[in-house]
Amino acid sequence: MLRIFHNTSYDFIKPWRIMVGATVAFIVVGIGSLALRGVRYSIDFTGGTLVQLQFTQPPDVGQLRSVLDSGGVRGAEIQSFGSNRDFTVRAQSGTRAAGPGGGADSVAARIETVLASHYGRPNFRVVRTEAVGPKVGSELRRGALVAVLISFVVTLLYLAIRFEWRFGVAAVIATAHDILTTLAFIKLLDLEVSLTVVAAILTVIGYSLNDTIIIFDRVRENLRKKRKESLYDTLNRSINETLPRSVMTHATAFAATFALWLFAGEVIRPFAWVMGFGIVTGTFSSIYVAGPVLLWIERRYPRDVGVRGPARNGAQRPAKRPAAQAASLRS
Amino acid sequence: MGSLRYRVAAIAAVTALSLWALFPRTVIERARGPNGEFLYNPDGLERLDTTRRIPIKRGLDLQGGTHLTLEVDESKGAIPNKADAIDRALKVVRTRIDQFGVAEPVVQKAGNDRIVVELPGIDDQKRAVSVVQQSAFLQFQIVDKTQALDKAIPHVDAVLKSKGLAATTPRNGAAAAPNAGVQSLFSTPSDTVKPDTGKAATTASARKATSRGTDKARAAPQKGDTARSRAVPATKSESGASDTGALAGITGGPFSHLVQQGQGPGEYFVAQSDVPTVQRYLALPEVQAALPPGKVVRWESDTVSIGQRAYRAMYVLDARPIITGEYLIDAQPASDPIEGTKVDFQLNREGGRRFQEETAKHIKDYMAIVLDTLVMGRPPIIQSAIGSRGQITMGGRDLQAAQDLALVLRAGALPVPLKVAEVRAIGASLGADSVRKGVTAGLIAIVLVIVIMAGYYRGSGLLAVGGLALYVLYTLAALATFDAVLTLPGLAGFVLSIGIAVDANVLIFERIREELDRGKTPRTAIDEGFRHAMTAIIDSNVTTVLTAAVLYQYGSGPVRGFAVTLIAGILASMVTSIFVVRAFYMIWLGRARAPQTISI
Repeated sequence: MLRIFHNTSYDFIKPWRIMVGATVAFIVVGIGSLALRGVRYSIDFTGGTLVQLQFTQPPDVGQLRSVLDSGGVRGAEIQSFGSNRDFTVRAQSGTRAAGPGGGADSVAARIETVLASHYGRPNFRVVRTEAVGPKVGSELRRGALVAVLISFVVTLLYLAIRFEWRFGVAAVIATAHDILTTLAFIKLLDLEVSLTVVAAILTVIGYSLNDTIIIFDRVRENLRKKRKESLYDTLNRSINETLPRSVMTHATAFAATFALWLFAGEVIRPFAWVMGFGIVTGTFSSIYVAGPVLLWIERRYPRDVGVRGPARNGAQRPAKRPAAQAASLRS
Repeated sequence: MGSLRYRVAAIAAVTALSLWALFPRTVIERARGPNGEFLYNPDGLERLDTTRRIPIKRGLDLQGGTHLTLEVDESKGAIPNKADAIDRALKVVRTRIDQFGVAEPVVQKAGNDRIVVELPGIDDQKRAVSVVQQSAFLQFQIVDKTQALDKAIPHVDAVLKSKGLAATTPRNGAAAAPNAGVQSLFSTPSDTVKPDTGKAATTASARKATSRGTDKARAAPQKGDTARSRAVPATKSESGASDTGALAGITGGPFSHLVQQGQGPGEYFVAQSDVPTVQRYLALPEVQAALPPGKVVRWESDTVSIGQRAYRAMYVLDARPIITGEYLIDAQPASDPIEGTKVDFQLNREGGRRFQEETAKHIKDYMAIVLDTLVMGRPPIIQSAIGSRGQITMGGRDLQAAQDLALVLRAGALPVPLKVAEVRAIGASLGADSVRKGVTAGLIAIVLVIVIMAGYYRGSGLLAVGGLALYVLYTLAALATFDAVLTLPGLAGFVLSIGIAVDANVLIFERIREELDRGKTPRTAIDEGFRHAMTAIIDSNVTTVLTAAVLYQYGSGPVRGFAVTLIAGILASMVTSIFVVRAFYMIWLGRARAPQTISI
């Protein structure tokens, strides 16, 4: 029987201060930079036009830019998309090409016309066009925010029903942490926030909760069984017991994410980035956010006396109050 | 063992159903060339082909196509009773799409004021947009003859000046420089130019040039009308006549120096490069307020080349149409050796009566044929009352344009103008490429997961791999059965779920190992393992399903596809890991009577 991390007894919770400090620093840097400089939204959210072009010969980017500029598509952002023959041209929704329609489609048509007159039809192809009006964009933005908030509330409710509220709160705080770190990660990598990335963030929420629940499920079980143990120790024991499962599941999830990252193409790559980071942060938060928060809640709002005896290492101090157990929240 | 028999029977049944659901069907779809591009028959219609393929509906991002979101355009005035209007517009759009001949189109209402149109296989988004959104809001409007705009122009100039909008941008100046000769004919580069009647002759000659390109709108003789009363194009009747359109009343100013008066009343020309500027000015609320009441400004559909510069005509029209397209009962494309392609239309009886009445009132006036706020060709003069038949000539445009216009006219005019709020068009080749890449990623993911699972759990890992194979089968079958649409994010979600689906098995296997460590027999360990892992599996999966459900509720298009795939994947993974793998174990244990060890 091949075994990894079998019967371990690492004190996972011990360095929680360092870990919390590190993750808070990461969040402060990422979210701070996000607050100062904002994040790159895709045209899904800002409104605007994206045209993906495929050239038969690698064009000169500077020339491409000047062709578009002189054609009246100014301030467009030109990016290579996977290869030196594939490019995306993005124009913000403020850009209005000539034409009485003024609808969301006119800029795209303009770009195509301008390029056709310069490069000639057979030398490039428009393979994708996305044009989103500003109103639709702001609605999608609101929709994404509402989706994240509602999924929050819904999972909190479910956890409150299935677990005790303490677990629910700890799990939701861990999830909030995951969202913040993921946003910080997106900012630090300068990924573009699109609908697909929002979907990835929500998947990370689900995945991370999944991981937290696996550990909490074990804590719940251990709390029922072993009554002579502090919550601190129970938590550590539960994390150790579920460690092989965590490693295996993260390995397979990571393998699938890696396959996506490598093979599924440019459109999916941001999704894979976010998902890959989400696996890391989800694992981290299950241990270092959900755990300490649970211990903290336990200290502030102790459960009914008699559920557990005094803490093992605090046994010489017969429980003054159950709150004393939380003294075991050592650093 | 009875329970095992039922289990095996159930698994066999579900597997058989899944296979049947995924069995390739014969479908009719548009024929594609080697690069995934669509093929057309010589007559311009789409070529269809019967193929056999797995009946999973692919989203537009995987098969190529155009997604349009249309909304009521209120930029030209508020629309009363929008909800009702959008319902009627929906019917019209649906009829048009049906006539367009696309396989499996989607036309549905989104929210209260939007229409979503999905056209699989339509690569040419411009054509799709023009058929769905443009055209068919047909109006006949009388061209203003009171020089209302001329009177308003000083006011407009004053408004623009007070807003600090100097019109002459460097670009305009640069563009004007190379052909200053032509420029001087029409436009006045400096702010201080005064009306100059000496230029009228050249104006007329330019106008002749104009007439070549734009003489394309006229009302045809009424059927059976022996008097041959007809609306003759203004240019024909007047070609050679001079000076009817003097550059009167226009002085230099931010607005006026961009706009040259044309020959007919209410007709103006704007250099193509200045059109966006003028449109921007006209859109300003202050300018709107300064414009003559009861009149509207409309642009011609085409540009006119004069020398090296392109111009567009702008007309001032009576806001009230004398008749609209709602009275139209038929429209047919036609080709005429002299007039080129055209669309013949027929009005119903009431429309014919009203048209006759109105045109009788406006003899000697110019009448603009306005299609979706664009003036179709130079407004002709009404020579005498016109009845229920007419025609719209298409200028230089091809027969397909005439076909499309006739199609939308026939399908009915939109009760409200619609504008495109969102377009997503994916080329068929890009879609095929995405499928290929997604499938590659999926296969790689499966191989990696098999290596990890079989490498670590050995025999049991292989059971999990067997479960995984059924998982893939069931998920795809579920998508096919419920007609769910597989999108690119959905495909990515599916690949991801291959990695996550084994989680339930991992939980169970780890639990079994723990039970074995406690010295239990394999049989008991398996039973206990499944039993104890259950709560964790259910709790963790339910939260993921809840998240996905929220995503489905609030997401759009591709993201919805993602949510559906995720939910289908989670359900299938629970079924396979809990039910199917359990049965595998039972078979395994049943064969080797009371084995001492299990491979895990």
